[in-house]
Amino acid sequence: MSSDTRREKAARIRRLMETEGDIVQANTTDFNEGRYDSVARLDDYEKLKDEVRATKEDAIERLPELIEAVREVVESRGGHVYLADDAADANRYVAEVCDAKDADRVVKSKSMTTEEIDVNEHLQGEGVNVVETDLGEWVLQVADEAPSHLVAPAIHKSREAISDLFNEVFELDESLETAEELTQFAREQLWTDIKRADIGMTGANFITADSGTLALVTSEGNARKTAVVPDTHVAVAGVEKLLPSVEDLQPFVELIGRSGTGQDITSYISLLTPPADSPVVDFDRPDKPIDPATTDNREFHLVLLDNGRMEMREDDQLRETLYCIRCGACSNVCMNFQHVGGHAFGGETYTGGIATGWEAGVEGLDTAAEFNDLCTGCSRCVEACPVKIDIPWINTVVRDRVNSGEDSEFDWLVEGLTPDSETGGLAPRKRLFGNFEPLAKLGSATAPLSNWLAGLDPSQLLLERVFEIDRRRNLPTFRRETLVDWVRDRVDHTPSDPSARVVLYPDLYTNHVLVERGKAAVRLLEALDVDVVVPDVPGSGRAPLSQGMIATARQKAEAVTDALEPILEDGRDVVVIEPSDLAMFRNEYDRLLPESRAARIQEDSFELFEYVYGLLKNGIDADALSRPDDDVSVAYHSHCQQRTLGLEAHTVAVLERLGYDVTTSDVECCGMAGSFGYKLEYYDLSVDIAADLCGHLTADEPDHIVASGTSCIEQIGSVGDTKPVHPVELVAPGSSP
Amino acid sequence: MSEQKSHIDQFCENSEANGVPVHRTDRGDVANRLSELCEPATVAVPLPWDDVTLPDEATVRPTPAELETAMTGVTPAGAVADYGSLLIRSTADGAEPMSLFPERHVAVVDMSDVHPTMESATAALGPACRDEGASAIVATGPSATADMGELVHGAHGPTDVEVILFEGEQ
Repeated sequence: MSSDTRREKAARIRRLMETEGDIVQANTTDFNEGRYDSVARLDDYEKLKDEVRATKEDAIERLPELIEAVREVVESRGGHVYLADDAADANRYVAEVCDAKDADRVVKSKSMTTEEIDVNEHLQGEGVNVVETDLGEWVLQVADEAPSHLVAPAIHKSREAISDLFNEVFELDESLETAEELTQFAREQLWTDIKRADIGMTGANFITADSGTLALVTSEGNARKTAVVPDTHVAVAGVEKLLPSVEDLQPFVELIGRSGTGQDITSYISLLTPPADSPVVDFDRPDKPIDPATTDNREFHLVLLDNGRMEMREDDQLRETLYCIRCGACSNVCMNFQHVGGHAFGGETYTGGIATGWEAGVEGLDTAAEFNDLCTGCSRCVEACPVKIDIPWINTVVRDRVNSGEDSEFDWLVEGLTPDSETGGLAPRKRLFGNFEPLAKLGSATAPLSNWLAGLDPSQLLLERVFEIDRRRNLPTFRRETLVDWVRDRVDHTPSDPSARVVLYPDLYTNHVLVERGKAAVRLLEALDVDVVVPDVPGSGRAPLSQGMIATARQKAEAVTDALEPILEDGRDVVVIEPSDLAMFRNEYDRLLPESRAARIQEDSFELFEYVYGLLKNGIDADALSRPDDDVSVAYHSHCQQRTLGLEAHTVAVLERLGYDVTTSDVECCGMAGSFGYKLEYYDLSVDIAADLCGHLTADEPDHIVASGTSCIEQIGSVGDTKPVHPVELVAPGSSP
Repeated sequence: MSEQKSHIDQFCENSEANGVPVHRTDRGDVANRLSELCEPATVAVPLPWDDVTLPDEATVRPTPAELETAMTGVTPAGAVADYGSLLIRSTADGAEPMSLFPERHVAVVDMSDVHPTMESATAALGPACRDEGASAIVATGPSATADMGELVHGAHGPTDVEVILFEGEQ
């Protein structure tokens, strides 16, 4: 991608932030908060998630068998099942059904799968009138726009915008203003269409293979009308919607509304076993009483769509995408999505973090490449996803596959600097960020010269020109004396009778840039009688992984494990300051290393405050730590990946125990996310997110602002006028709280 | 018995929280309560219990025109206590359109048809779907939409839903 293209992308993102960002943010934040509240009311949220995960794994594994089972049962009741290879095949079949019924009016309820195949356009080309009856979809049909969210397609439209649209398009004598008026108007218009329709078309959230029952999760009631008012019902659904049995629906029903719109359950869960056991209400003969015998006149077609799904099923990395129940939780929790919506963070059809998997599978890598950089890997969606899909990993894999297709005129410039393991064709910027480790080493070795050079205007321009780093960002200031140097050169502080023995992992940032927090961590641990060593251990692989450089990340993971294993063998625990590196050890190493090696480092690695919390809980004396005077307030932003690991509470608990009055931010991520905020086309978005976070943190005018992640500290420091530090810099002995 | 009482109470509480009032009564009194709750004109599905009757003014087997203009639709239903939901089984005499088209839906529920949990309700639906090809709606609160910029009750379906919950031996 050229710098000009990136500038165009930046302009498009800015435009969407201005036009749609506020309303998308208001609505997604509502959904997201609703989700937290709603799942908290469940007795056992994790158990339900495990159940749906297990059911989806089993269903996708047995998919060919389930397809045959559903075909058999639907046909035994007189219905038809068609397995469509691709969009064109599905559209051709639906058009044939319309033709055979001599149908020229179709009403539809909301279905992303029919958006995927563009059935409306196809049928309209064949002279069939198609009307969307979901109010959000109808607004978009009237406005001729694309959905911007999986479950709330018109989430980017405010009441005022819809009011203006209706008043203009329908040339109304009396303008419609309130949401009630708009709803009433739409209901009446659409009721006329539903009554006259020859065919009703729906999607399906789930289909049970044992009975051929379609589960439709809705709130308006239009899907109910669409399915039973016309005598012919066509349901179009991806093959992945099949579940083994009706009983399997229960945990899905309990989770889908909570995960999506934050409701315990939506107004209607239709469990339709076609042909429906409902009389045909024939509005062409309005005075003929409804006749129970007309239930026999119903016709039903189930179109099961492949369109790349069976290939995704064979793909070890993309398969998880098929577990997606399209609830939209990954969009709602995502800071980038909250600020730009699905018109930027989405492909041909699908939106949000999981869209990368869907678009890569059903459209191709090119489509996924357009937007998948908007996933920063913050991992907040992993916890929100009811099916526990590792959405950041899918994005990483797709990025890796996209990378191998990129070439650049500047390859020669980075080649010598970047000893990565990637096979050619990688964009210079990805190489630069992916190779942060050699750069950091070079930066420290040549500091302060490296910092002076980086700060010069020509250098900033070169970075923008070659590496497409926004010139408004300050680059990290490398320290000549690294943390490893400092520990090696000081007098020995090993306690004679240690409470614990640890290796403090010198992550790249702590070692080369934020050295003070490393020193504070050493002082804190030693004040608790811990025997601390800080050996020279390689970078965790987080930097290359975030650029989709999986081979390089794997090489780093192996090197880290080689270095740490003998130390673990010696009985030491690993203590990690940087949460994104701990998340590598605990999560991503599973994907990069053999199981036994990954398990070892997973079990013995701890976040700094998690470890301190454990020591204090075990009765280690905290007297040596710095305590605040009375009424000192702290606003704390925990790192995104730290929160996903469930480790925010430990820092809060330690700070409170020492006497601080702690408030925490509920902004999911700082928006910097490693390298994301440096990139030319994402700088404005990143800063927009940070402004929200800074607003939260400074709202109560706290005495201190603290954050655990390097990115968060840099981001908060560069956007606001505060100087955040890591919490260890407050509590380590010798600090001044 | 006390356990049954508790899940009935739970249903009433959850249903009311969903905006659906529950009127508890004896089997013999259902027709009277219906008369009070039904805004005319009323269309209805025949009730399946021997001594539980519809008010005389309710139209059974209405025409499409009557169905379209009716203010109230009456149907039998089951219920799910932990969500305060109704379980409306589709029937050849029109439970689906009658619970859906009119502005007000009045569901008549026999206390013995209240399932304690979604899990037990789903377990009961499984055999019905497989063996009888049954269809059912799990309906929780009135129809709703947030697509017009704010939450509105009464989208394509009813705006008002009321429950008559009756008890007592036949």
